[in-house]
Amino acid sequence: MLATFAPLSGFLLHLPILQVIIPLITAPIVVVIGIARIGWLLAFLASIASLVVSYLLLMQVIDGSVISYQIGGWAPPLGIEYRVDAANAFVLLILSVISTVVLPYAKTSVEKEIRAGSQTLFYTAYLLCFTGLLGVVITGDAFNVFVFLEISSLSTYVLVAMGAERDKRALTAAFDYLVMGTIGATFFVIGIGLLYMMTGTLNIVDLASRLEPLSGNRTVQAAFAFIVVGIGLKLAIYPLHLWLPNAYTYAPSAVTSFLAATATKVAIYVLLRFMFSVFAPEFSLASGALQYIILPFGVIAMFAASIVAVFQADLKRTLAYSSVAQIGYMLLGIGYFSNTGLSATMIQLFNHAVTKAALFMAVGALVYRTGTSFIPKLAGLGRQMPWTSAAIVAGGLSLIGIPTTVGFISKWVLLTGALEKDWWWMAILIVASSLIAVIYIWQVVEVLYLKEPENETVVKEAPLSMLLPIWTLIIASFYFGLDTELTLTSARAAADAFIGAVSPIAGASQ
Amino acid sequence: MAAVLNWEFIVGHANYWLGIILMMTGLYVVVSRGNLVKKIVGLNMFQTSVFMLYISMGKISGGTAPIATGNPEEVYSNPLPHVLILTAIVVGVATTALGLALIVRIREEYETIEEDNILDIENAMQRDEDREAGSMI
Repeated sequence: MLATFAPLSGFLLHLPILQVIIPLITAPIVVVIGIARIGWLLAFLASIASLVVSYLLLMQVIDGSVISYQIGGWAPPLGIEYRVDAANAFVLLILSVISTVVLPYAKTSVEKEIRAGSQTLFYTAYLLCFTGLLGVVITGDAFNVFVFLEISSLSTYVLVAMGAERDKRALTAAFDYLVMGTIGATFFVIGIGLLYMMTGTLNIVDLASRLEPLSGNRTVQAAFAFIVVGIGLKLAIYPLHLWLPNAYTYAPSAVTSFLAATATKVAIYVLLRFMFSVFAPEFSLASGALQYIILPFGVIAMFAASIVAVFQADLKRTLAYSSVAQIGYMLLGIGYFSNTGLSATMIQLFNHAVTKAALFMAVGALVYRTGTSFIPKLAGLGRQMPWTSAAIVAGGLSLIGIPTTVGFISKWVLLTGALEKDWWWMAILIVASSLIAVIYIWQVVEVLYLKEPENETVVKEAPLSMLLPIWTLIIASFYFGLDTELTLTSARAAADAFIGAVSPIAGASQ
Repeated sequence: MAAVLNWEFIVGHANYWLGIILMMTGLYVVVSRGNLVKKIVGLNMFQTSVFMLYISMGKISGGTAPIATGNPEEVYSNPLPHVLILTAIVVGVATTALGLALIVRIREEYETIEEDNILDIENAMQRDEDREAGSMI
C-alpha cells in the first residue's frame, strides 16, 4: 500500500542498502564533529532510522516473500546481493530495537564510565559495530558476511577495551577476544574459500544449488567443519565460550547490554543460514553435526554454564555465564531439526535479547550509582534503588522462565518441540536447568532485599534516563509474554524461511 | 586413493602443503607463546596461510594476469580470489594494528606483556576480591 505512493516508492526500493548505509555514514560524521553530545544524538537518530527501515522490511516479507537487492545494479550471482526474507528481517528488527533502546541509556552511562575525550570515538565504534551486525544479517553473499563480521568484531574489541578506565582487566579481555575472534573469523574464511573452490560462487542461494550434487565431497565437508567451528567461536558455543565472560564483565555497561543482546544472536543467525540454507539439511554431515555436536553441547551449556554462574561473585559475570547457558537453549532448538525447534530458537533469540539487555542495563545502573557490580557490595540496595532492583528481579523471573514472561514462552515452545519428538527426558532436562537459574537469581534477590546495607551512605535511585530504557524492555518482556501473536508469527515465518526454503518436507518428516 | 598419492600430486600441490604448514605453525605460535607480541605474530602467520590458499586457487594453468589483451584465445587467471584476499589483507592489517595498540595499553597498565605475569596480577586481583566477598558474607 505504501509502494503506490510515488515519492516513497523509490525510497522503499532501496531499503535493504539504507539499512546498512545509514549507520555506516553516520560513524565518520560523528568523528568529524567531535562533540560527544551531538555524536550521541546522531547515533540515536541513525538507530531510529534503522528501526523504521527494518520494520518496513519485515512488513514486506512476513508473508514469506523475498526481497533481492542488487548492489550497484550487478546481477547476482556475480554481483553482491542483499537478500531479505522473514528470517533475517526478524533479526534486523531485533538489532535495531535493542540499539534504539540501549542508546538513550548509553548516554548517561558513557558520561560516567568513559572519559570525555573518548566519548565521540565510543559512539563511532558503536555505530560501526551496529553496521557490521546489520550487514552480516542482511547480505546474501558469503564473503560479504566475513567482511561485515570483521567490521563488527574489530569495533567490538575497541568497545570492550574502553572498559579499561573502570578495570584494567578489560584490556586483556579485549585482547583474548581479539585473538579468539580472529581465529574464528579466519576459520570461517577458510571454509568460504573451500566452498568457492568447489562451486565457483559466493552467492548464498547459488551456493546452495551448486552444493546439492556435491554432498559427499571431502572438500565440502572440510568447508562445513571450518565454518561451524569459526562461527562457533563467535557464537560462544559451550567449549568455545572462554572469551565471553571476561569481555562481558569488564566492558562498559552500555556495551555489555548491547553485545549480550545482539552479537551472539547474529552469530546464531549465520550458523542457521549456513546449516539450513547453504548446506541442505539432508547433507549427511550437517545432520550429524546437529545430532552429535550442536545438541549435546547445547545441553552441556545449559547445565555447566548455569552451575558456574551460581558461584560468581560479580553480578555481571553471573549474567555473562547465564548468557552462555541461554545460548545453549538456542542450540537445543537448532538441534531438534524441526520446524518447532527452529521457531523456539528464533523466539528465544528475541526473548533473550530483550531480557538480557534489560538485566545488563539494570546492573549497569547499579554500577552507575555504587561503582561496582560485586554482589556482596550490593547489600540492601533493594530499598535504596527500588526501581532498578525491581527490574533485576523481573528480568530474573524471565530468565528462569516464570509464566507471563517471555522466558516462559521460549521454554514452552522448546518443551513442545521436545514432546513432539517424544523426547520426554529432554523436557525434564530443560526444566531442571531452569531450576539452576532460580538459584543464581535468588542469590541476587537475597543480597538486594534481605541483607542490611554495609555502610550508611545513602545511594540514590538511578536517573530517569536509565530507568526508562530498562523498564521499556522489562515491560516488553512481560507484554510479549502475554501477547505472543507478533513474536510467534515472526518466529514461525523465520523458521519456515530456513527449513521451508530448502525442502518443504524436511521439517515435517524429521 | 593410493594411486593419487604419487610424486606429481605431492609436488603439484606444493603451495597447499606450505599453506597447511604455515597455518599450523601460526596456530601453534598463538597457543604456545606467552609473549603477547609473539601471539600477534602467530596470528599474522595464520592469516597469511589463508591468503596463500585463496591466491593458489585463483591460478589457472597457462593463465596470465587478468588484464584484457584483446586476444580471444587468451587464458586468464581468476581475479576474484585475489580481490577477496585484498579485502582479507586489509582486515588482517586492521586486526594487527588493533592488537598491537591493545598490547601498548596492556604494557602501560600491567608493566608486562608476558601472559604468565599478567595472569599472576589478575589472579591476585581476583583473590583480593574473593577475600573481600568472604569477609562481607
